[in-house]
Amino acid sequence: MGGTSSKLPKDLLSEYQELTFLTKQEILMAHKIFSELQDRENGPYSSRVSMEKIHTLPELKSNPFRKRICHVFSTSDMKDGSLSFEDFLDLLSAFSDSATLEIKSHYAFRIFDFDDDGTLDARDLEKLVNSLTGETDDTRLTGEEMRQLISNILEESDIDKDGTVNLSEFQHVISRSPDFVSSFKIVL
Amino acid sequence: MPRHKLIASESDGKDNEFSLYYVEVEENSKGGKEKQATRDGKRRRARKGEVSRRRASEKRSTEMSNKRAEKKHEKHHKTTRKEGEKHRKRQRRRNADEEAEEESSKEKKNIKNERTKTLKLEDEKEKDVKKKRKKHVKNEEDDANPGKTKQKDCQDVALKEKKKKRKKPETTSESESNSDSESKDNQAVGVLGSLTPEELEKLKEAVDERKKLITTLKGKPWPMKKKLVILRYEFVEKYEGALGKGKGRKLYAYKVMMMKKWMKFQRDLENFKTACIPWEMKIKEIESHFGSSVASYFIFLRWMYGINMILFGLTFGLVMVPEALMGKPYGSMPRKTVPREEEASAMNFAVLWDFGGYAKYSVLFYGYYNNQRAIGWLKFRMPLSYFLVGVGTVAYSYMVVIRTMARNANEEGGGDDTSFNFSWKTFTSWDYLIGNPETADNKFAWCTKEAIVEEQESRKDDNIHLTRFLRVLANFLLLCCLAGSGYLIYFVVRRSQKFALEGLENYGWWERNEVNMVMSLLGMFCPMLFDVISTLENYHPRIALQWQLGCIFALFLGNLYTFIIALMDAIQLKRAEEEIVKKNMTIWQANLYNGTVSDNSTALPITVHTGNVPRGPCWETMVGQEFVRLIISDTMTTYITLLIGDLFRAVLVQFLNNCWCWDLEYGFSSYSEFDVSGNVLGLIFNQGMIWMGAFYAPCLPALNLLRLHVSMYLQCWAVMCCNVPQERVFKASGSSNFYMALLLVILFLSTLPAIYTIVSIPPSFDCGPFSGKNRMFDVIQETLETDFPAWFGKVFSYASNPVLVLPFLLLLVLAIYYLQSTSKTYKRINMELKKKLQTKQNEETKKKNKLAANELEQARKAGEQRSNSSQHTQNSEPPVSSTHTTTRPPASRGHTASGHLPGHPQQPQKNSHSNRK
Repeated sequence: MGGTSSKLPKDLLSEYQELTFLTKQEILMAHKIFSELQDRENGPYSSRVSMEKIHTLPELKSNPFRKRICHVFSTSDMKDGSLSFEDFLDLLSAFSDSATLEIKSHYAFRIFDFDDDGTLDARDLEKLVNSLTGETDDTRLTGEEMRQLISNILEESDIDKDGTVNLSEFQHVISRSPDFVSSFKIVL
Repeated sequence: MPRHKLIASESDGKDNEFSLYYVEVEENSKGGKEKQATRDGKRRRARKGEVSRRRASEKRSTEMSNKRAEKKHEKHHKTTRKEGEKHRKRQRRRNADEEAEEESSKEKKNIKNERTKTLKLEDEKEKDVKKKRKKHVKNEEDDANPGKTKQKDCQDVALKEKKKKRKKPETTSESESNSDSESKDNQAVGVLGSLTPEELEKLKEAVDERKKLITTLKGKPWPMKKKLVILRYEFVEKYEGALGKGKGRKLYAYKVMMMKKWMKFQRDLENFKTACIPWEMKIKEIESHFGSSVASYFIFLRWMYGINMILFGLTFGLVMVPEALMGKPYGSMPRKTVPREEEASAMNFAVLWDFGGYAKYSVLFYGYYNNQRAIGWLKFRMPLSYFLVGVGTVAYSYMVVIRTMARNANEEGGGDDTSFNFSWKTFTSWDYLIGNPETADNKFAWCTKEAIVEEQESRKDDNIHLTRFLRVLANFLLLCCLAGSGYLIYFVVRRSQKFALEGLENYGWWERNEVNMVMSLLGMFCPMLFDVISTLENYHPRIALQWQLGCIFALFLGNLYTFIIALMDAIQLKRAEEEIVKKNMTIWQANLYNGTVSDNSTALPITVHTGNVPRGPCWETMVGQEFVRLIISDTMTTYITLLIGDLFRAVLVQFLNNCWCWDLEYGFSSYSEFDVSGNVLGLIFNQGMIWMGAFYAPCLPALNLLRLHVSMYLQCWAVMCCNVPQERVFKASGSSNFYMALLLVILFLSTLPAIYTIVSIPPSFDCGPFSGKNRMFDVIQETLETDFPAWFGKVFSYASNPVLVLPFLLLLVLAIYYLQSTSKTYKRINMELKKKLQTKQNEETKKKNKLAANELEQARKAGEQRSNSSQHTQNSEPPVSSTHTTTRPPASRGHTASGHLPGHPQQPQKNSHSNRK
């Protein structure tokens, strides 16, 4: 595959359908968009698209977690958050309509896990809240509020009381939420 | 590069060739080469298996073993060079595969995943299988290829090769590769021949295991490359399993093929289905601009559209079309003719717009239908069908609404868990669909607000007397509003009757449409009033919203019911009028007969133009007309407010912003928001009116369908071009059942009056399908008596005896009570189990934490060791693989050459990172 051949090979397409929650149309759409992004890439041609280019997509433009999303789904060796087409498909699959709660919560956890250490600790939560409230001063929580909020969160979700939220705790909390599955979606 | 589509499926009975099915498409030269190699491998394996089977059937003589050894050596020398390269590749790939699995399992460990165990198990199984295969390969090398059979096989293969070439000469590249792979084929003979049945069983099990893995592969949070590798790996393995099975091999292979085809078909069907959903793209676009809550309105609208489609199908297919096709034509009866005095204006647009004139005397309304029992050559039971369709639409609607509610309730699961308020706010409040910066800003603000407001709300207790006073005042004002609007509607309806009695022609447009206009205007302005009043109350935003919704609901309902009460009055009037007409009718008929009898005594059919015959007022048609008018005016006001309120405002703000004293976009009168709840309520009430009026005006579902269709496009457009996202972003899913409950209430309330009129008011004597009967439901009895055998009627009459019906009702009530109480106990048990689970989980996680710490320690040590020895192993690996001149071709279908090894390249770094911590 790649940008030079504008069409996806048929067997690859069927394999992608097998491996993702996407339909054929969606994969083709994703391929089109990805090829466009690739074409816009200045500099030497590569099968990857840099994070900045990915962020120009309208679907991700205003998402406060866009950097995290790219980092989580990138398989790049350089850790620059660049995505290959397969990474891109992975991303879309996890955010698609029909993806299971399990896979969605797994990726959500990794997105929220800012320092990639496998647990959500107080610092992760702070970053998370900050990116939710935006960077302007008037919307930002004060230190006191932040502390209160984080302690509230930990009190609820940290079942084993080790001061962090791990994946299974996170999935436990998320699975009860009525609207996580409907809001953890990105549609091209 | 040209595409080569190759479908090799040989199923010659004689040759017993394995039927191989695949579709290859070559894209670029690199991939093509790769694929060719793998294709060779596949084919070789196919042949190999086939050959080995044959070989197994032959007895293995001991004398061969000598020759075997010699031959083997020769062959080895020849092919090691060829094989070596490929083999090394594969080895590398396999190692990488294992490594990736290890990595992934390690990563899992790090995040204390419970699934670690299962994953590990899987990995182990995979390794087992691999080991086993390696073993087979070795075994096979040891007792290697029997000389004679091999030669024979050689010929066989060559023969087949030729056949294949003949069969598909277009695949030149394929045949080329075939020729050079022939020599390898000889080597490949009999990988599986040496397998014992138990081993075969095991292999099969492993294959099944893999298959399961494949089906769940979607749900694994692995990067695509790893998934691809596993998937491709599996394809190969499946064939091995298929070949090794022996007797039922062909059947098995066929089954596998059919399975694949079936899967493909299912996938295509799925694709087709998603392509068939209407307005999917539109809704997705809106979803990405405004988030899921606004989109939920459009999804609701689409759902409504579906329901109305079915209602329309019922009324159109079973009532309107049969009557139009098979019933008596227009003009054949008084009820099917425009009366003489209306004829002049019957075609005027104003009259038609009011659904008078020709529209009134058509299949669109109740009055047009004839009471003839069976019509046309089909003996279509028109009155019965009319009645049953009326009942059926209501029953269907009940069923759909309740089913949807139940499903929603299921999805929400035990919604009693409110223990994760803050976590949910932080973890799930972001709507990933939002792609519009403005919405995102609103969302930011709202996220903070919601989180803090919740916190403050619990502490706030300032000046309780003032808030109490204000709330009482607000409620008083609300009640005044509701009562006032109710009275206004009643007054207007009564007045309109007065107008109608005096003749509408003397009045202007306003007097004619007063009722509808007043209702629409009330529906438009009262919500704004409620909004103002609700600020007095100072409730928490969410409660305020629900309160406001409740108010609007009460208003709409009150209006609807005053309308219906007024209509009931009108019905009474019409019925009184009808009595008079009946009397006059007999006099008129007598006069007519007298007149004709005097002329000639032979009772010739009286020829009076049907338009001249006096007729009753037909209250059913009147009711239907009222509802149709109501729907039309409601639709109009909705569209006009949409255009003025949204579009005009948006245009004004856009263009006047440059020359205005303050910033219009951010100050007063900015762009309008899309009011989800108001729109949903409007839709629900509209539907209620449909349900109410559909019995008397079969055209209502069709009209509604039209309206929904138009509003889908219009509102989509309006939202995209002139609305801003809501400041308060509400969750779509939380309220869906709330709306459904409203819909159910409305459905119930709207069927009540319809049922009342059907059951307790006798139908008009000269119009409609039930004319001449005492009650509308007499149709059922009539059908039972005439169309069914006598015993059936008897049984039915017994069954409808109160002696049976009352106990049955009692039984039903008891059953409901029983079911409810059991569901309550289930709920309680569920809660207890949940608690138990949680406590257990606590203990386990504590244990696990300790374990995980230990494992981490070990893993780190192991990692260090590995990194030390990695160079060593790298050097030592190639020689090992070259000595291993296994005849197994590469397992993968050629992902190896792409340079990237399977697995998460970031993982090792990540892990080491975390280990250091």
